[in-house]
Amino acid sequence: MVISLLAMLPVLVLFGLLGDSPEFFAARNLDLLADTLSLVFLTVLGALLLGVPLALLTAYVRLPWSRLWLVLLAAPLAMPSYIGAFTFYAAFGPGGEIENLFGLTTPSARGLPGAALVMTLYTYPFVLLTTRAALLSQDASLINAARTLGLSLPRSLWRVALPRAATGMAAGSLLAALYAFSDFGTPAIMGLDTFTRAIYVEYNAFGLEQAAMLSLQLLVIVGLVLFLESRISATPERPGRALAIWPRTWRKALCLAAMAPAVLLAIVLPLAIFSVWLLRDGSGGFEFSLAWNSTLASLLAACAAVALALPVAFAAVGGRLGRLLERVTYLGFGVPGIVMGTALVYIGLQAPFLYQTLGLLVFAYVLRFLPLAVGSIRSAVERLDTSLIDAARVLGAGPGEVLRRVSLPLTLRGMVAGAALVFLEAMRELPATLLLAPTGFETLATYLWRVYEAGYFGRAAVPGLMLILMSGLGLALMLSGERRSALALIEDRRE
Amino acid sequence: MLEVSKLCVDYGTTRVIDDVSFTLARDEILTLVGPTACGKTTILHAIAGLVPIAAGEIRLGRWQASASAAIPPEQRNTGMVFQDFALFPHLTVIENVGFRLKNSAQADRWLQLLGLDDLRHARPATLSGGQKQRVALARTLAHEPALVLLDEPLSNLDAALKDSLRREIREALKAAGTPAVWVTHDQEEALSVGDRLGVLHRGRLEQLADPESCFSRPASRFVASFLGEASFLPGRADGAAVATDLGAVTAAAAVNGEVDILLRPGDLSLAQTADGGNGVIVSAQYEGETWLYRVGLDAGIAVQVRTSHENQLEAGSRVIVEVNTGLPLATFERGG
Repeated sequence: MVISLLAMLPVLVLFGLLGDSPEFFAARNLDLLADTLSLVFLTVLGALLLGVPLALLTAYVRLPWSRLWLVLLAAPLAMPSYIGAFTFYAAFGPGGEIENLFGLTTPSARGLPGAALVMTLYTYPFVLLTTRAALLSQDASLINAARTLGLSLPRSLWRVALPRAATGMAAGSLLAALYAFSDFGTPAIMGLDTFTRAIYVEYNAFGLEQAAMLSLQLLVIVGLVLFLESRISATPERPGRALAIWPRTWRKALCLAAMAPAVLLAIVLPLAIFSVWLLRDGSGGFEFSLAWNSTLASLLAACAAVALALPVAFAAVGGRLGRLLERVTYLGFGVPGIVMGTALVYIGLQAPFLYQTLGLLVFAYVLRFLPLAVGSIRSAVERLDTSLIDAARVLGAGPGEVLRRVSLPLTLRGMVAGAALVFLEAMRELPATLLLAPTGFETLATYLWRVYEAGYFGRAAVPGLMLILMSGLGLALMLSGERRSALALIEDRRE
Repeated sequence: MLEVSKLCVDYGTTRVIDDVSFTLARDEILTLVGPTACGKTTILHAIAGLVPIAAGEIRLGRWQASASAAIPPEQRNTGMVFQDFALFPHLTVIENVGFRLKNSAQADRWLQLLGLDDLRHARPATLSGGQKQRVALARTLAHEPALVLLDEPLSNLDAALKDSLRREIREALKAAGTPAVWVTHDQEEALSVGDRLGVLHRGRLEQLADPESCFSRPASRFVASFLGEASFLPGRADGAAVATDLGAVTAAAAVNGEVDILLRPGDLSLAQTADGGNGVIVSAQYEGETWLYRVGLDAGIAVQVRTSHENQLEAGSRVIVEVNTGLPLATFERGG
């Protein structure tokens, strides 16, 4: 109960801050809104254009190593988009790395086009995964019927399969939109004035009240998107076998080639750029304390999150009130990191013993990523058969002994997985860390940001590669254990 | 010795067990049988203390539980074999069987008796259904309960395994000398496994008697139909003699007036006739060693007749049906 109420804290604090705030609706806010909406619109459009064809490919076309392709195509989700934004910013344009290496002048990736491109590359997997799931649930017989009625394959996909996958596409689009609304790193690096960037600018200019108001406005929009998302319900499909297409050799190559660009741009490019820097500049200037700071804060957050998630997860399985409380803890996930940071900075100012402490930063991580821990522990608790508990009690074990000898050992895996997820997310968190980290306490993510601000890109090599490694570990973790639900977990990440 | 008296259990406002009473002797096996959702599992859970009871009393050895004085399950000294076995997946076979045992003598004994010695360090996930069932039984018996509760112990197993395990479990229970309540929805299992049989219907105990009595002298039409194929033939009774369309038969108890006589498919015989006869075959079902025929009698009712496999007849054939049992038959008042 208390834990759930804690989750609502940031929102309440922001309202408190609003009390003596300046004008609610500045003219500048309209520009902010316009920029933000353009970014979101272009991102969703791009994610659909990229995600839907890839969903068709991965759902229906039988290709060698299809599992590997799917993982690679979904991988950008596990990577924070600011890594992509950082490398795009440094790679493209006059004087960018690509020109340095190949002498090829590319148009620069800045502003709205750059932000939309990067955002698209890191959000299309939402659309890919939800659309693919919808496509796979459809029985092939309807498409076969359309083809026997004289429709070509592409046209029957267009007229029969895709319309029924519309809810899947909508769900994916909303997730992409949510990401675009709340992400801080990408628009900030690309220099696009969105809500998240403006909040940071206001914060740096000591306009905390203004930042709070922008945060609330952003929260309203995010709430709206979340509400829309909760309204989407999948159309029930008759169970059956999904369509399978076996392409000929040259078409197979074509299909594989179609998947390459997204993977190349979203994953290979950052890896390549960081590696080039590492080779050229060495690991110069990298202090090991960065990695230690990140690890320490994330480790504390992981332990605290699991400790808090345990009662919530057990309550969520227990009854209706528990489920409601669980829902409330999910609020933290909907709150953009920059908003969470603003709220907690304010708390820190009111309670000076908290301000600029590691504790407050860990608290922010816990609030944001608690749902990850709750989710993975809950699924372990759900699998805990009640007859096992009954069996232990009939054998003479009291409630305490049942918890110690049966329930906890069986949920241990979920606890470890939850802790690891929280740990890896916290390692990569940027905006809340920027706002809340004690002075002089730099993490891998904030160091990358300082490097961007200072312009010494070469210094980003080691932390950048480490962050990518963390992302890879996170993905591997989601895929291990339960293969089937792994991708569902990725889909849930932004809910 | 188990004593259940006037037991009632509510789920919310619905009464699922209504006024059930029975007692169990020292090493007696009682089977409880009934259709899905008749409350049979609920009775077991009530005895084990896994659901609260609304009224009545349960007494076993030194403890006595009532609606106002509940006893937690771990203090009841009952053992339970679950439908899905409920083996702890993180423990090995021997750790499961010896879950709360201080020394492993009993665990070893039951592993040996049930032929599980080679599997003592296996994990439940690697066991077959029959092995899981034996481990579950060994775990229950090794803890030396005062009463064993079995919740459809064979329903998750192959038909081929059921027969041998049914005998094996019965022998193990007798060897342990522990009373047991065995719940099932399978009427064949119910008739063969228990010393006594209780038939449940909508949370009430319709009949409690030895299996033969339940089958041949059912207390109600429901019991008659549930325990086997049943046809009801109208007749006019005068004492033990009953006049029917198929001739005179003997009633099990003296009655008077309009009655329905319970006929099992084996109580009747049929023969094909060129013309005449008293019925026509509606459908035929091949069962391997026997044929089961549905016959529409000219009198307007349908009966089922089982004959040997040599006697193959086409649907639509005219037949003559006769009662071929000398035993007295159960009767029910018309419309009852």
